[in-house]
Amino acid sequence: MAKTYKAGVKEYRETYWEPNYSVRESDVLAVFKIVPQPGVPREEAAAAVAAESSTGTWTTVWTDLLTDLDYYKGRAYAIEDVPGDDEAFYAFIAYPMGLFEEGSVVNVFTSLVGNVFGFKAVRSLRLEDVRFPLWFVMTNPGPPHGIYVERDLLNKYGRPLLGCTIKPKLGLSAKNYGRAVYECLRGGLDFTKDDENVNSQPFMRWRDRFLFCQEAIDKSEAETGEKKGHYMNCTAPTMEEVYKRAEFAKEIGSKIVMSDYLTLGWAAHTSLSKWCRDNGLLLHVHRAMHAVIDRNPRHGINFRVLTKLLRLIGGDHLHSGTVVGKLEGDREATLGWIGMMRERYTKEDRAKGIFFDQDWGQMPGLLPVASGGIHVWHMPALVAIFGDDSVLQFGGGTLGHPWGNAAGAAANRVALEACVQARNEGRHLEREGRDILIKAAQHSPELKIAMETWKEIKFEFDTVDKLDVAHR
Amino acid sequence: MSTVQDYPSRMGDEASKRFETFSYLPSMTDEELRKQVQYIVDSGWNPAVEHCEPEHAMMHYWYMWKLPMFGETDVDRILAEAEACRKANPRHLVKLIGYDNVRQTQGTAMLIFRPAA
Repeated sequence: MAKTYKAGVKEYRETYWEPNYSVRESDVLAVFKIVPQPGVPREEAAAAVAAESSTGTWTTVWTDLLTDLDYYKGRAYAIEDVPGDDEAFYAFIAYPMGLFEEGSVVNVFTSLVGNVFGFKAVRSLRLEDVRFPLWFVMTNPGPPHGIYVERDLLNKYGRPLLGCTIKPKLGLSAKNYGRAVYECLRGGLDFTKDDENVNSQPFMRWRDRFLFCQEAIDKSEAETGEKKGHYMNCTAPTMEEVYKRAEFAKEIGSKIVMSDYLTLGWAAHTSLSKWCRDNGLLLHVHRAMHAVIDRNPRHGINFRVLTKLLRLIGGDHLHSGTVVGKLEGDREATLGWIGMMRERYTKEDRAKGIFFDQDWGQMPGLLPVASGGIHVWHMPALVAIFGDDSVLQFGGGTLGHPWGNAAGAAANRVALEACVQARNEGRHLEREGRDILIKAAQHSPELKIAMETWKEIKFEFDTVDKLDVAHR
Repeated sequence: MSTVQDYPSRMGDEASKRFETFSYLPSMTDEELRKQVQYIVDSGWNPAVEHCEPEHAMMHYWYMWKLPMFGETDVDRILAEAEACRKANPRHLVKLIGYDNVRQTQGTAMLIFRPAA
């Protein structure tokens, strides 16, 4: 029977709280951590979030009656306590497929983390996880190449790849910068990287940098017989500039370009990602600005969600945190989003902060990149935590070697191979790491000096964005 | 500066050439090699042997030694094939591969013999 129109404000939970709803395969599912305003019941706050991130607004409108709201609305279908936090709770919300444009991460997030984050009825809000249905996964482009194509192109198997970000971040001339690249690559690294804020400044314009870096790559390849690359950062103020720089990188023979997907914007990044597949260049993805969004445990978007959406819009490498270095990163949470980069199917696993099963269809995976404040002493732990399908990037840990970049690179490469060899022999890297490195250093003076240089450096501050665990 | 050591890699020097995984470590002893073969077997991968002239090593396609040893799990037989390849091609590089058909990739590929430069 048709409904009659009654103007006014209704409680959200009358329409948007459905604890008996059974979730559909095609639904987009989201879990939010909500801190409601004092006096607002959990069901009402959860329903309000469901409404405001889907079809609802603050009052009843007559045009609601021109549509089938039950067909389109998002629904809060479950709430749970947050371990360790008495004020917050988790709200699970299901959105029907028709709310979102196919292949548009932009559209999904404009709803899920749009106006609702400024909504007065909630004091704070954090998007913890999203389950993307298979229809949505497969309407996105995914990584331009993926892990195994990258390995085939580079001819590198059975070990993590090694990289280094060139420092100082800013202020080197293009030719001196290329020198630093050359020294790293001839010493045994697979990749060097533009720092994220190196774009095209007066001290070093992008074209000069690309040319000098490519000469460094060409010579180091001829010298070592191994394939090398430099992540040429194409992050730029306009899409025309992005394409111009990427085209030039391709023209001079670069194997890989780089983008900062949060500052560049998701639509622009997706365009570059598709360009990379069409043009045969790998895509390294940096995540500047992520901590603004993901670090506060009660606000924003968890990095696991930013990881999922990046796999959908495409990238062959993504920075993941190191667990052991200078930058923030909880071990179990990091293992959770590393899995989301690489696996075919990621299972719900609350111990890793994963709330939903996620089927990735046949979409390729990408390599997590561990970068920031790591050095040779971290190598056994890094190989154990990250495994072969990863890029380990030692910036200061290469460039800070007392004998220079080539020696620093060689030290890291020897340490890496020694750890891989030992792991393959069945040895326990995190327990026996010290012995493994000391033995490897017997035939590598570069490694021996590196181990002496960085012996005492540790980064043991507590993590701010911890997984939620019970406090009583 | 006297304590700083030069990095001795040179373009024209064959000894400066590297060949990916394990080429920065000393040659493996027989016992060490056996453990790597065991690792390939234990990983469920198909062992294979490939070889190449050092001057063409950067090309993707090396010569296959016969065919990959599909389903072979006997470490001694795998080692014997690697040795037979080396004997028949004493001036070639020899590498050992573990083909991972589940992930459609080489689970590992490592240089196991390098002729003196």
